Amino acid sequence: MLSAAQDLVYGLLPTEEAEDLGLGSLRRHHHLGFLISDDEKSSYNYLKPGIGDLSSDVDLSAFGLGLEHRRYLLAFFSVFGVSIYFGFFCNTLPSFNFKAEVMATAVMNMTTAALDWVSIAFDAPLARAVVFGVHIDGHLVVEVLLIAVILFQLTRKSYKPPKKPLTEKEIDDLCEEWIPEPLHPPITEEMKLEPPTLESAAGPHTVIDGKEVVNFASANYLGLIGDDKIIDSCVASLEKYGVGSCGPRGFYGTIDVHLDCETRIAKFMGTPDSILYSYGISTIFSVIPAFCKKGDIIVADEGVHWGVQNGLYLSRSTVVYFKHNDMTSLESTLEKLTRGNKQAEKIRRYIVVEALYQNSGQITPLNEIVRLKEKYRFRVILEESHSFGVLGNTGRGLAEHYGVPIEKIDIITASMGNALATDGGFCTGTARVVDHQRLSSSGYVFSASLPPYLASAAIAAVDHLEDDPSLLTTLRSNISLLREGLSDLPGLTIASHPLSPIVFLKLKNPTGSFKNDLELLNKITERALKEDSVFIVSTKRSVLDKCRLPVGIRVFVSAGHTASDIKKVSDSLQRVAALVLAEHI
Amino acid sequence: MVRLPYVTALTTLFSYGLLFAFGQLRDFFRRIIDWFKSSSKDLKGYAPICLGLEDFYTRRLYLRIQDCFSRPIASAPDAWFDVVERYSKDNNKTLHRTAKTSQCLNLGSYNYLGFAAADEYCTPRVIKSLKKYSPSTCSIRVDGGTTDLHNELELLVARFVGKPAAITFGMGYVTNSAIIPVLIGKGGLIISDSLNHNSIVNGARGSGAAVRVFQHNNAAHLEEVLREQIAEGQPRTHRPWKKIIVIVEGIYSMEGELCQLPEIIAVCKKYKVYTYLDEAHSIGAVGKSGKGVCELLGVDPADVDLMMGTFTKSFGSCGGYIAASKEIVQYLKHACPAHLYATSMSPPAVQQVISAIKVILGEDGSSRGAQKLAQIRENSNFFRSELKKMGFEVLGDNDSPVMPIMLYNPAKIPAFSRECLRHNVAVVTVAFPATPLLLARARICISAAQSREDLVKGLEVISKVGDLVGIKYFPAEPPKHGNQAHKKVE
Repeated sequence: MLSAAQDLVYGLLPTEEAEDLGLGSLRRHHHLGFLISDDEKSSYNYLKPGIGDLSSDVDLSAFGLGLEHRRYLLAFFSVFGVSIYFGFFCNTLPSFNFKAEVMATAVMNMTTAALDWVSIAFDAPLARAVVFGVHIDGHLVVEVLLIAVILFQLTRKSYKPPKKPLTEKEIDDLCEEWIPEPLHPPITEEMKLEPPTLESAAGPHTVIDGKEVVNFASANYLGLIGDDKIIDSCVASLEKYGVGSCGPRGFYGTIDVHLDCETRIAKFMGTPDSILYSYGISTIFSVIPAFCKKGDIIVADEGVHWGVQNGLYLSRSTVVYFKHNDMTSLESTLEKLTRGNKQAEKIRRYIVVEALYQNSGQITPLNEIVRLKEKYRFRVILEESHSFGVLGNTGRGLAEHYGVPIEKIDIITASMGNALATDGGFCTGTARVVDHQRLSSSGYVFSASLPPYLASAAIAAVDHLEDDPSLLTTLRSNISLLREGLSDLPGLTIASHPLSPIVFLKLKNPTGSFKNDLELLNKITERALKEDSVFIVSTKRSVLDKCRLPVGIRVFVSAGHTASDIKKVSDSLQRVAALVLAEHI
Repeated sequence: MVRLPYVTALTTLFSYGLLFAFGQLRDFFRRIIDWFKSSSKDLKGYAPICLGLEDFYTRRLYLRIQDCFSRPIASAPDAWFDVVERYSKDNNKTLHRTAKTSQCLNLGSYNYLGFAAADEYCTPRVIKSLKKYSPSTCSIRVDGGTTDLHNELELLVARFVGKPAAITFGMGYVTNSAIIPVLIGKGGLIISDSLNHNSIVNGARGSGAAVRVFQHNNAAHLEEVLREQIAEGQPRTHRPWKKIIVIVEGIYSMEGELCQLPEIIAVCKKYKVYTYLDEAHSIGAVGKSGKGVCELLGVDPADVDLMMGTFTKSFGSCGGYIAASKEIVQYLKHACPAHLYATSMSPPAVQQVISAIKVILGEDGSSRGAQKLAQIRENSNFFRSELKKMGFEVLGDNDSPVMPIMLYNPAKIPAFSRECLRHNVAVVTVAFPATPLLLARARICISAAQSREDLVKGLEVISKVGDLVGIKYFPAEPPKHGNQAHKKVE
């Protein structure tokens, strides 16, 4: 580029002066970097840049150009320089280098002859023209013209084909032609299946099709369904408050039992405050978007259930999944996200895990999570729907189970539709965490509040659990009894944690297809219900569910089950699995 | 539609500007104090739960008037209810309950038909169901969560709204937010009314489909949007849309307006797009026999593809439903996550809806249902016309039990709410974010449970407070000016 600039300067020199001064005057311009020798012959080779990587000098004599043509050459170079100069500014020649210049030189020389004629043609009539003391000659005219053309081209808008909007007629035709897809895919036989209908309460024993069956399908972990105390509190509440609350919490839908229930749960969990939601599944998918916004980072387990997945999606945060319940995978994910990333400190970072995964029956190693969370400074959102009221010596959940102080977990959510045998959900944490949700959590703000009798039931259930922790001992012995009974099932293996009240049975030899696996498992559950009056269920997967963990049979153990109930389910599973899975063992 | 008076707009903007400026000033001093104390509330190394201005509105505006919201009550939300008195020791930052209550006229709950309180037909049946089925099934619908009550309710709801089949959920919000993603996904288009409820917005967002908005209740604009979208197809790829669903509400809860359903349905039919009608506030509350806006406006339910509604309002229970063709319901029962993963609706709540619908249909052997429906229509129209006569700016249509009274200025929100409560009338005031910033309002919800005397008492108080607060924007005197301005608003 340097030489291009020099060209420009030379080109702009008043040529008359250059002519008069001859070579001597050029020598004065040594500082410009040109080497001009006294020798006439070598003076033809005057284009010799100071930077020495130019391999060949240009032999102008080959083109029959003498010293007297120097000014035309200068004119050409100046034009070339101007073009490059503009090209440089316009970024059209950003990588122009000397090599390119050498190649260009040949082309330049070719055009020089043509330019000669042009210049002479312009020169002749303007030989004596002087405007404001400037002698006008050919090369100046050419330069001005070139600059004018360049400026003209630069100011022109780029070419765009004219827009032709669709005519009304065309739009009509398009609307006519458009064929929408149906609202639902073709109905298959599978979709027509109806679930069994219960004709009594979903307690440990229930009635299906007029027949009493043992119920291992309800997450009634503490056996509180049908509990007299809870029903009495519900009746009292129904008589006082009616069924529904007829309003969202903000607009007279806050009933004193809601506040009592929130205090009761916070007191039970040992947290400063808690907040009630009117439906279990909406709790987690409202809480996550209330705290995580666009640009925040969430690290989540890949095995989380749909409610969590939906929350993660609605938050619009950057979500990174780690391998199901794999702490090394979590650590490397956290490391990757935070290492050398100074920005990470300024954005909110959350780890989202389920305490007890309903998709696998696994338990999150909370002590490890807390260690990693503190090391990498992430907040933790813990979904305790199936562990609240189940894990820990007094049923206070996963934190109690691992002996982790509850303050270390930033946000805990849980559904009350499982162990507490009522409905709705809650979120608990610091006052800051809870108050923030009261205006920002869409499932709380925009929904009618929990029916007051369900809040009364929750209070009564927590009271019951606190008064009688022996329920938990019964539950645990039932779980181990059932695991013993199911320990060597033909074709099925227990995949859940030893303390999980969901005993998760998966196929020893999966067929490789999700659908076929499910068909096999459904056959087992159907036959168990029909032939042995044992009500067990398989995994259900919605088309929207992104969880890819293997499917299985879920046996929900309750403290209300007796040893004979458990024997019945083990025997039935032994028998039916052997029959159905005969070819899959 | 609301047309904001010029001067009011200016004063409202000025008020918010002032509040904002003072809020910023207080934030500034708070930062200085925090800096001196050098013990930030948030743990070191963690980004704060709320960044920058995210909770500015809550801290500096909402907290100052939070006593107007979330007032706890200590009784059923009937015509009259007991509002728990609260006090604050720290300028409203935290509120404490007292044991004292005051009996107030309830103009805030969605108790349209008066089923919120104990009912001679419903309550005994609910208690019986509670004893038989317990409060919960602890299971999902497809496992052990379907009782014969659930099946009965689905058949009854389908019959009530006039559709072949129905599916029910334990929460209205979840009904919208979990159904929409099952029906439509990437490559689909949702055209939503600009004032649709947050649950629809959330459902649409969760679906991954593209969302376009048409002007509130404007069928002509809907047609314009539809023509443009069908002709253009998907952005960038220009492939035709897979399907288009138009989502509207029966009664808009913040406006009290009825949907222009016949016009909108006509447009949708013309362009072969599906319709989704959210009747959260209209089902049970309007129509000759309580069957919602379709009945009121003479639309055949067969022309609406998906009819959604909730049981929270008119039926005094909880939950929601979708009524549609048999095939759609079969597909939803197979695919909808709220059906597959959420605890089934609480059996006593199911019984409450069944009983309430039976009362409305007159299947309880009395004419109480018809009386309730006549009562709510009469109450609503009486109250609305009286409010208008007094000079309030009332939004919404006749027959709608929801009637917003425009307040505009932020200072009038707490003033109106507190003064009414002082006179034992409980009203709901709504401000940002539920409404646009400038359009703060008080919202009256009329119930069939209220007698004429109750309403007269309510009107007296509202009129008195309206004079005090200065929200009679269209006073009857001078009549000429008032009428003109009024026409503009409507």
